[in-house]
Amino acid sequence: MSAPVHTILFDAPGPKALRRIALFNAAGTVAGLALIGVVAWIFAIRGQFAPGKWLTLVQWDSWAYYFLPGLASTLEAAALAVIGSVVFGLVFGVGRLSQQRWIRWPSSIIVEFFRAVPVLLMMVFVYLYLGYGGFDQITDKGFAAVVVGLVLYNGSVVAELVRSGVHSLPRGQAEAAAATGLTRLQSLIHIEVPQALLAMLPALVAQLVVVLKDSALGYMVGYQELLSGAKRLGTTSGQGNTIQTLLAATILFLAINYGLSRLADYLGRRLRGRGARFTVAEAEELPPSVSTVLELAVTDAAAEPPSTDPAYYTRDPYPEPPESEPRDPVREMWVLPRRETEDDPDV
Amino acid sequence: MGDFFGQFGELLAKYDVLHAFWVNIELTFWAGLISLILGTLVCLMRISPVSSMRLAATWFVNIFRDTPLTIIMVVLVLGVWTQLKIQFSNDLATNFFWLAVAGLGLYHASFVAEAIRSGVNTVPVGQAEAARAIGLSFLPAARMIILPQAFRGAVAPLGNTLIALIKNTTVAAAAGVATETSSLMKTMIEFNSSMVFAIFGTFAIGFVVIVVPVGLATTALSRKLAVPR
Repeated sequence: MSAPVHTILFDAPGPKALRRIALFNAAGTVAGLALIGVVAWIFAIRGQFAPGKWLTLVQWDSWAYYFLPGLASTLEAAALAVIGSVVFGLVFGVGRLSQQRWIRWPSSIIVEFFRAVPVLLMMVFVYLYLGYGGFDQITDKGFAAVVVGLVLYNGSVVAELVRSGVHSLPRGQAEAAAATGLTRLQSLIHIEVPQALLAMLPALVAQLVVVLKDSALGYMVGYQELLSGAKRLGTTSGQGNTIQTLLAATILFLAINYGLSRLADYLGRRLRGRGARFTVAEAEELPPSVSTVLELAVTDAAAEPPSTDPAYYTRDPYPEPPESEPRDPVREMWVLPRRETEDDPDV
Repeated sequence: MGDFFGQFGELLAKYDVLHAFWVNIELTFWAGLISLILGTLVCLMRISPVSSMRLAATWFVNIFRDTPLTIIMVVLVLGVWTQLKIQFSNDLATNFFWLAVAGLGLYHASFVAEAIRSGVNTVPVGQAEAARAIGLSFLPAARMIILPQAFRGAVAPLGNTLIALIKNTTVAAAAGVATETSSLMKTMIEFNSSMVFAIFGTFAIGFVVIVVPVGLATTALSRKLAVPR
């Protein structure tokens, strides 16, 4: 479908509909203002507009000791988790595509298991296991628990992305790889997965948002990330202003996630409809190969000025080849071509 | 080995694991109901001709979809309950339960709205045009023509949202719900740290047993209900 549906769900409004829409807009604005008013009123009667409660947010100490270290910890855990997830996802995604049953089945079970178990459960388990299992050399057990929990879940999601990405490739890729003598594993590693990675890049960036959001679960296992920092600031500032500090943390999260969502959208638009093909811009950066040369030739042909001949637009772009005698490969291989010269006695 | 099973049996007799899962299912039910109703309303607002409603719905989805659920839960308990003194019940446990339901409902409503919107996108333009041609205005067209088909096309994403909701009910622990699975698992491991793997395994398999059939059922349902086009 080309046009977004909401533009065709209703007609271009006439004068009467315009009046009604204006009425609804007014009503909506009033309702919105009323909602804000009610919230403000509740804030007011609970004394939440006291300047001290909000000034905490603009004091340098709050940022230096609570928000910024918290944000750094959140980003650190998320970054490490993303790297781990991609490695986990590649290993088990390729494992699920293996032709060996004893690789494919365990990979499938692991991926499906970690996709079904709540991340918090895994984090709590890892945290307590490290605590009771005598892992004294790991100092920040909360950090380890967050990263392991995130890697296990998001790695399984990435494994599924790898699998669906490989399945969405044209079959010719695997066939061509097999024809050049690559084994299935070599074909996956050298030919198919790299292309699948490019295709799944938008989904991968979108998954970053999930990683970042789930890193806030570190609050539950004592990891000092952004949410924990904001909460600690709210309870130790002496103002009892947790709601204000959490609001600031929320805005930080929203800003980062909004940026990541925009990036995923941008990548999705840029890569849409691209399978194994290159854009001209990228093709020019690569050493010329048969595929890029062909690609450029096709692009050049497409860049021709539009024809003014109406027949040009109604012609069959892919005419059937003219009927000919069915070819007989055996005869072609063994029988010498007939010499069609004048001295040929048969003619 | 028999000793281990004996100890583990004692443990299961001592802690009511099934009840913990039941709390998660209750949370799922109420939060699912709220998010389905709220999400449908938000989706309707998002595709409506009234620009202020479209704006409000877009903001709602963008804010609640991108905020960590844990923060929503903590804000509800430490902000809305402790600071603003808004409560659902004088009984602490009941109050925490409904605070968690409110947080889960708001968070997942944004995902439901997006799922239904993707369902609306599967409805061919001709359906909306035909609805307009027979004189239906926006709301009747949405109610009788667009949404019924959109729901059928949105079964798969709605199923994914339901699975996410089931798993996210464990985050209710952040809102003080102490009887659900992640809290109980924590207590059990803390007092029986020698059986940490068995305890985690029990809870993990419990979730696999709930989540995998839901996934299979929604996939089958989405195939069955998909409008052939």
